[in-house]
Amino acid sequence: MRVAVEMQDVSKAFGDVHAVNDLNLAIEDGEFFSLLGPSGCGKTTTLRMIAGFEFPTSGSLKIHGVEMGLLPPNKRPVNTVFQSYALFPHMNVAENVGFGLRMKDVGKTEAEQRVKRALDMVQLSDRAEASSSQLSGGQQQRVALARALVNEPEVLLLDEPLGALDLKLRQAMQVELKVLQERVGITFIYVTHDQEEALTMSDRIGVMSGGRLLQVGTPEEIYERPSSRFVADFIGEINLLPASVVDHHSVRLLGGLVVKAETGAAAGQDVTMAVRPERLELYGPSEHIPDGLNRVEGSVIRRIYYGDVFYYEVDTPAGVVEVKEENRPGVELFHTADRVVVGWDQAATIVVAN
Amino acid sequence: MSPDAIVESARPELETAARKAEARRGFFIALPAWAYLMVFFLVPLVIVFVYSFATRSSTGRTVLEGWNLDSYRRLFDPLVFDIFRRSFVLALITTVICLAVSYPFAYYIATRGPRVRNVLLVLVMIPFWSNFLVRTYAWKVLLGSDGPLSQLAQAMGGEPIRLLFTNTAVLIGLVYGFLPFMVLPLYAALERMDWSLVEAARDLYASGWQAFRRVTWPLSRPGVIAGSILVFIPALGAYVTPAILGGATDVLIGDYIVSQFLAARNQPFGAALSFGIMVVMLAGTVIYFRSGAKNA
Amino acid sequence: MSAVGLRPKSPSERLLATNAWIVYAFFYAPILVLIVFSFNENNNVGIWTEPSLRWYRDVLSNDAVLNAIKISVIVAVISTLVSTVLGTMAALSLERFRYRGQRAFDGLVYLPIIIPDVTMAVMLLLFFAQGFQFLDSALGFRPSFGVTTISLSHIAFNISFVAVVVRARLGMMDPRLEEAAADLYASRWQTFRRVTLPLILPGVLGGALLALTLSLDDVVVTSFVAGPGATTLPVYVFGLVRRGVTPLINAISTLMLVASMVLVALSLGLQRTSRTRVTPIGDGQ
Repeated sequence: MRVAVEMQDVSKAFGDVHAVNDLNLAIEDGEFFSLLGPSGCGKTTTLRMIAGFEFPTSGSLKIHGVEMGLLPPNKRPVNTVFQSYALFPHMNVAENVGFGLRMKDVGKTEAEQRVKRALDMVQLSDRAEASSSQLSGGQQQRVALARALVNEPEVLLLDEPLGALDLKLRQAMQVELKVLQERVGITFIYVTHDQEEALTMSDRIGVMSGGRLLQVGTPEEIYERPSSRFVADFIGEINLLPASVVDHHSVRLLGGLVVKAETGAAAGQDVTMAVRPERLELYGPSEHIPDGLNRVEGSVIRRIYYGDVFYYEVDTPAGVVEVKEENRPGVELFHTADRVVVGWDQAATIVVAN
Repeated sequence: MSPDAIVESARPELETAARKAEARRGFFIALPAWAYLMVFFLVPLVIVFVYSFATRSSTGRTVLEGWNLDSYRRLFDPLVFDIFRRSFVLALITTVICLAVSYPFAYYIATRGPRVRNVLLVLVMIPFWSNFLVRTYAWKVLLGSDGPLSQLAQAMGGEPIRLLFTNTAVLIGLVYGFLPFMVLPLYAALERMDWSLVEAARDLYASGWQAFRRVTWPLSRPGVIAGSILVFIPALGAYVTPAILGGATDVLIGDYIVSQFLAARNQPFGAALSFGIMVVMLAGTVIYFRSGAKNA
Repeated sequence: MSAVGLRPKSPSERLLATNAWIVYAFFYAPILVLIVFSFNENNNVGIWTEPSLRWYRDVLSNDAVLNAIKISVIVAVISTLVSTVLGTMAALSLERFRYRGQRAFDGLVYLPIIIPDVTMAVMLLLFFAQGFQFLDSALGFRPSFGVTTISLSHIAFNISFVAVVVRARLGMMDPRLEEAAADLYASRWQTFRRVTLPLILPGVLGGALLALTLSLDDVVVTSFVAGPGATTLPVYVFGLVRRGVTPLINAISTLMLVASMVLVALSLGLQRTSRTRVTPIGDGQ
């Protein structure tokens, strides 16, 4: 598999501010790769370095094996979809989409055909003559997409393109973008702070924080096996309980309870034990609990109704634990102050350094 | 993309070099205007500064020797000081009147609907773009003792108006001439305002007046400051308006400076006066800006 | 955001409206009087006798006036063209770049706006006088005061006004648009020509219009640097006005007013055709 974008020891400093530190990343051809992290983590800076709007302070950045160095953005084989779309207000839709082709002196007939095909691809062929200000947010976003894709770039960069859209539209566009990427086959590098977006759309995700790349992996790897406390906490809902290592297979929680978990660490080290709420199960005092499960006793603080699920806050000696239970007919409901046992599979236990 | 040139990977020196190249580009784009202003503005400024220390020969010629502070000392002459003070007070009154008249006016325009607003603005623009000299001359016509205003007064049984060639006439002329310069920045500031803040104040039990005093007025301060500067400065150095509408007594600074280069033929003194008034205005502008910025 | 519909017609509303109408009357009454009396047959401006075009005929056959108009137009066109180009470049460099000495340049550009025109007039007179003396002794060539010195002087103060107007317009424009153009393979020049310039054009034209008006309005600076041969229309009229009030001046004034209004109409027409947004589409609409 060819490497589309390769970054080696890339750092970027703005004066004293280190926006990106020693980034090492290889993005494969044709993959949908997301850079995920909170604002200020350096993901946008990284994207802008690939696009050429910023130059790295040090390190190597290659696109399909070709070093980019200080090449300006208009000489790179990449195109960007901006967060604010940046559609040219003084041009109509067709002129916007055809801009890059005009800059590269593509012949008029060929350009017209390519523009038409690009607009077909985003289902906006009927709005070619419209002025950008007459379009809705979703339509403008699609024009921005068409404007980038029509140039057949080697890599497409997307900077939080769905941020300005409302929820329903955003979810619809997420599907559309994924389908589009699979059809076109171009490498997409997608920057977002929304972990749900990253999980649903990406082939692989790179989680960033404080200018560093914390973990790179498939959505499953990131979700099921986060390698650090930050990643565990950032993705999805998770319970984080302070613990200390007993040995390679167990940790001691607050309150002295020992549970089974895979640790690679030395005894006595302070770590965090993490487990997702949906992997936890609540058992009443009279219920039979299957063997081999980790278990903690506690009492229910409150139950919150979410429509499709219930969230239970359970007070245990190890800390307050959140349990997610499906809302199925016939399922037993627990009430405040009920004594319960929280049980979970050892395999669902994640241990991360503090 | 074919790699037809070996491009090296990033190093801090390269990044700095790129930044410097960009800076150089900006510098060169600025260069023509910079050079022009250096030659035709800065150099003349220096020359005036130099001349202000020169001597005036008995025949009225300027001698570039015998450097002295005579001209500057003369600035503190009671007579000269009087002229300064008079001009300053006149400019101040002009500015205050312009502000008092313009604020409600700009407020009115800013609170109309967009269509009406545009029409009202155009109606302000028309006199603004009209020739300043012509507009000042119109008052000379109006205020003459046989002029239409005077005739109107006489027709109503009063006396003929003898306003021409008085300080009042100059004041009227200055206010008339500079009113648009106050209206436009005020309007711009008011139009840009977030009116929901006023609504919030009303919601929190403020009366109309209190809402104005505590929300609208402070928020429109930048416009007030800009407008005041745009009126005060030309009013202070006004030459045309006093020349047309003012009398021979009560000389103002503009005419005083000009006369140094015509009848009085004392260029060093004229230079000192020009430089002095410029310093006063610069200082005033900076102070006013700073105070506005602090309280904004 | 406007406050339309905030309050019903309260007494303070009525007061505001009345004030507004008074101000408008104040603005226009003198001008209207001027225009009306330019059609007065009588020599004496105050006393109306009968309508006549006599003064207009006088104006159009007056060589001094026609010559002054010619010079005014030449100076105005030259100074507007040069100062618009230089002012726009200055605005671009201040708003889109960062370089050493930028702060100083910024101050330098704003200075001519703050300086009273008497000082400006004195500065330029002494500059030219001194400069001509120098050229005479150094090169034996003595230039004279005239259209050139007037034009050079007008450019000196107009650059700043154009720069301020263009800079305001540039500030409203999102630099992301220029990034987008570069992302789409446009070179620096192409980005400027196809994206930046069309979007700041209303500002550039506005600045040019301002420069034109200031040049046509200018009395003090021009009278100092014009020399014996050349006169511009405002300087000529100023001379007439000091000597007294005649309907001839009224006629000239009316013509000048009409010219101004044509300019205003032109600029409005231009604004209407180029009513493009300068912010990029997509900021939450």
